[in-house]
Amino acid sequence: MNVIETSELGKRYGKSWALRDCTLSVPAGHLAALVGPNGAGKSTLMNMTAGLTVPTSGTATVLDGHPAGSTAALNGVAFVAQDAPVYKNLSAGDMLHLTRNLNRHFDTAFARARLADLGIPLNKKAGKLSGGQQSQLALTLALARRPRLLILDEPLAALDPIARQDFLAAVMTAMTDDGVSVLLSSHQVAELERVADFLIVLSRAQLQVAGEVDDLIAGHRLLTGPTAEADEYASRLTVVQARRGDAQTHLLVRTTAAGEPAPLGWEAHSVSLEEIVMAYLRSPGVGEAAPPTRVQRPQPTEATR
Amino acid sequence: MSVLTLPAQPGQDTAPRPLPWRRMTWVTWRQHRALLISIPAVLAAAAVVLVIFGLKAHHDYAALVNCPLNQGQQSSACGKMFSNFNSNVWPLANALSILVQLAPVLIGAFAGAPLLARELENGTYRFAWTQGLVRERQAIAKLALLGVTLAVLAGAFGWLFSWFFQPFLWTEQINQLSEGMFDASGLVFPAFTLVAFMIGAFLGMLFRRVIPALAATLGAYLALRLGAWALHGQYPVTVVTSNAKLINAYETPGTPGFPWILNSWFTGPGGKPLSSAVTSRLQDLPLGGSLPPGVTEWFKYIPLSRYWPMQFMEAGWLLVLAVGIGAGTVWLVRHRAA
Repeated sequence: MNVIETSELGKRYGKSWALRDCTLSVPAGHLAALVGPNGAGKSTLMNMTAGLTVPTSGTATVLDGHPAGSTAALNGVAFVAQDAPVYKNLSAGDMLHLTRNLNRHFDTAFARARLADLGIPLNKKAGKLSGGQQSQLALTLALARRPRLLILDEPLAALDPIARQDFLAAVMTAMTDDGVSVLLSSHQVAELERVADFLIVLSRAQLQVAGEVDDLIAGHRLLTGPTAEADEYASRLTVVQARRGDAQTHLLVRTTAAGEPAPLGWEAHSVSLEEIVMAYLRSPGVGEAAPPTRVQRPQPTEATR
Repeated sequence: MSVLTLPAQPGQDTAPRPLPWRRMTWVTWRQHRALLISIPAVLAAAAVVLVIFGLKAHHDYAALVNCPLNQGQQSSACGKMFSNFNSNVWPLANALSILVQLAPVLIGAFAGAPLLARELENGTYRFAWTQGLVRERQAIAKLALLGVTLAVLAGAFGWLFSWFFQPFLWTEQINQLSEGMFDASGLVFPAFTLVAFMIGAFLGMLFRRVIPALAATLGAYLALRLGAWALHGQYPVTVVTSNAKLINAYETPGTPGFPWILNSWFTGPGGKPLSSAVTSRLQDLPLGGSLPPGVTEWFKYIPLSRYWPMQFMEAGWLLVLAVGIGAGTVWLVRHRAA
């Protein structure tokens, strides 16, 4: 089952595209990390998946084909938007009651117990809670809806290191206990490396790469060899990023056959998730939708002959 | 039947429940409590002023009506009473009536403009509109609940105002069908309040900011009122007569059911229109004076008995407009949420 499926999804604001031609599927049971620089389209993709933003083109479905934003989708998807918005003039208890009134499923006992554990008093106004407590309140309200997909937009940004750990621990618990699938965006790749098992990289409004972390690590190699041979070699490969020195060149390539041996004079190394992410972010345009990069060779034509 | 359909931890809250509309009642109340307390409080305070002042005005008016003011035997006591009413009671009543004219747009703008714009400004729409209850239903419920509540409050207030204003209709020769009175009473007053509220909500959703939406609501409402004024004499309730006696009743104060005269014109023998030169000379004749033979003076007027038909017509199109703007707002909520 796919918790998220998008097909040629695009959103345009005025003349500029916030996201375009995004075709993607995220299977159930993962903690999917959505990474990319600011303005890459992360929030736009999440808002469309949550049903908040109506796409300009393409479609987005969640939880096995329910159109994003439909009643069935809303019932199974909980969304914590960037900065964890809550009504600042309502108490935590009122927020709880409000969320209960707006949903078909709501586990009040769970929410109360969790807020008590966190030391968040029910009678305190949400606006008077600390940033970390507001995030935890928003997460509690989302979890109490017993969603099958939890979408978290930059949930760690406002948190200190301890609160981050607590927050991620709560998310992981929900995944193991209730089988919730999670889509989480961040621009802090290192933090996600430990927890994410699915990765989506966005840059410049385009999907760069998406896949299970293990597959991505197995499917990418860093090749090091003489610069003189680099162009010829690179033309046969899908190069994500090339760093050319005077003597040596490093090519981060996508490999299909894991066992394909490197040619003489070249060394192959495995790469970390962070290196893969950085390579895609540094050289956007090598997206899945884009054709494999090839070194252009000038071909003789009628005109030049 | 199957174990799989049971929730993991059975509890009253984990099972799916239906989401009836009435759940939105609590949500609307809790989110707009300040508004739902302050508007009735302000209206109640204004109502107290109207009642106290109105009782005095009605008392003075009763004394005036009983005075033989216009029978050619005008006593100085009556004259004093009349001038006192005109110079002391009326200016305050006039100021109050202007405030009442503004009430629909003030209520509508301050309740309507922030309704959705504040959610967009604070980012809380991303919380509210991703809950299980689809956002259109949330918007419809809020627009309907608050709109009806405000309209009912305005209706009650308008009713009180029309009682308060009764004495001044005669003393100030104001017609019940003319703008100031007609628009602040009956069904039209709550209808204007409802439209102003919907305009506020719509512009709030369009501009996504409270202050620009507030300002634009005031402008849009002013344009609407001017349009409604222009329409006022156009409702199919007018009567044309050549019976000058009916019109001359104007000279007899206290005549109940005095009509609203829209315009008058002359026709010559055989119903032919007269030249403008002749017409202007005829207009200089004293009202009720004898006209040259063959010339008839025509009046187009609205009898007072058409008050309710006119109220239904004006409130009717205002209601249609309010529902249309409300539908536009819901469309924006669906398609322009983010």
